[in-house]
Amino acid sequence: MSLYGVQKLIWQLNRDPRQRARFGTERDAVLDEYELSVEERAALSKPDIGLLYVMGVNGQLLMHYAALHNIEWLDYLQRMRDGLTAHGPVRAGVYAATGYEGIAAHDARLAAERQGGGRAAGL
Amino acid sequence: MPLVYSGVCSHGPGITGRADRADPVVREAFYAAFRDMGAEIRALRPDALIVLAAEHFANFFMNNMPSFAIGMADSYDGPIEDEAFLKIPKRRWKGDAALSRRLIERTMETVDVAYAEEWQFDHGIAVPLHFLRPDESCALIPANINCQGPPLAPLHRAWAFGEALRRAADALPQRIALVATGGISHWPATPDSGKIAEAWDREFMRRWAANDRAALLSYSDAEIYRDAGQGGFEIRTFIAAAAAAKGARGHVAFMAPIPIFAVTCTVASMPLG
Repeated sequence: MSLYGVQKLIWQLNRDPRQRARFGTERDAVLDEYELSVEERAALSKPDIGLLYVMGVNGQLLMHYAALHNIEWLDYLQRMRDGLTAHGPVRAGVYAATGYEGIAAHDARLAAERQGGGRAAGL
Repeated sequence: MPLVYSGVCSHGPGITGRADRADPVVREAFYAAFRDMGAEIRALRPDALIVLAAEHFANFFMNNMPSFAIGMADSYDGPIEDEAFLKIPKRRWKGDAALSRRLIERTMETVDVAYAEEWQFDHGIAVPLHFLRPDESCALIPANINCQGPPLAPLHRAWAFGEALRRAADALPQRIALVATGGISHWPATPDSGKIAEAWDREFMRRWAANDRAALLSYSDAEIYRDAGQGGFEIRTFIAAAAAAKGARGHVAFMAPIPIFAVTCTVASMPLG
């Protein structure tokens, strides 16, 4: 269980407004309903987005868990990077980091290519 | 009557949710191509539009994950995501349970599909509909290929699903259109969100536009994961749309990387004559 339980809790929070409301008012009672390790329970409760990412929570679930806690998109991406620094590589699943220049540098490179006439917007 | 339309488009949540952060020149060209696709579909006066998406745990979870699913309800709600996240207001969409049932029954003659009498649209369907804006009289039929939680149906089964949808649509008297949505290469919801393998995408869309079955099905999931990221698994929806086009060649109306949208934004179709 464990990682499956973490993901199931997040899935149910994403789908069910009543469960979301309960999570806000009686978080420990909601967490008691899932088979979670001490580490998982703490990461969910805080929430520690970086650790949840490293544990292997599917990104399509985790990004909504971050949004639920009003974590803005670029902050969400940074928290995952911080998680890698603090806890090491992703332990499970298919959402591992593979290395990227970053959106700002990527945008700048694409803009330079467009200015140089090397690329059209569209085919 | 024969399927009236088969097309593909991107669906990333950033397309609406992070619109203000994209290069406006490229963004507006993409939006215009998206809206043109909607006009093209409306001009065909479809009775129903199948939106074949790669669902993202809005309706299905790892406790019971179908490889293929089709909605069977008279209405659908969405998007499931908060308006603050997706920048699309929640609403109810018209469905047609009876038509869905007939389509599902015919599809089941060759491919096993799950049916769902409840279906909440997520960004995979809501973002395309935001631009396509089908007529209110047009029923929506959501469909899904599991591209999220491995094990995934092999690519040749996605092709078979597309063929089955085509046979089913052709056998019904209604005018039915199909739009498949997904990303090509992308690493969404990871620290690498925005990473795009542009050359890989262009080669995939070359194969798609040629409707080259052998080339489209030649990728292994290990290769897709290595070269196109976990988001690349969503090529299954594009492959199904190619199969549904039954040999027609494709026209790529728009294709350009927009990193803040996390994908090579794409709008393409296969004229069905």
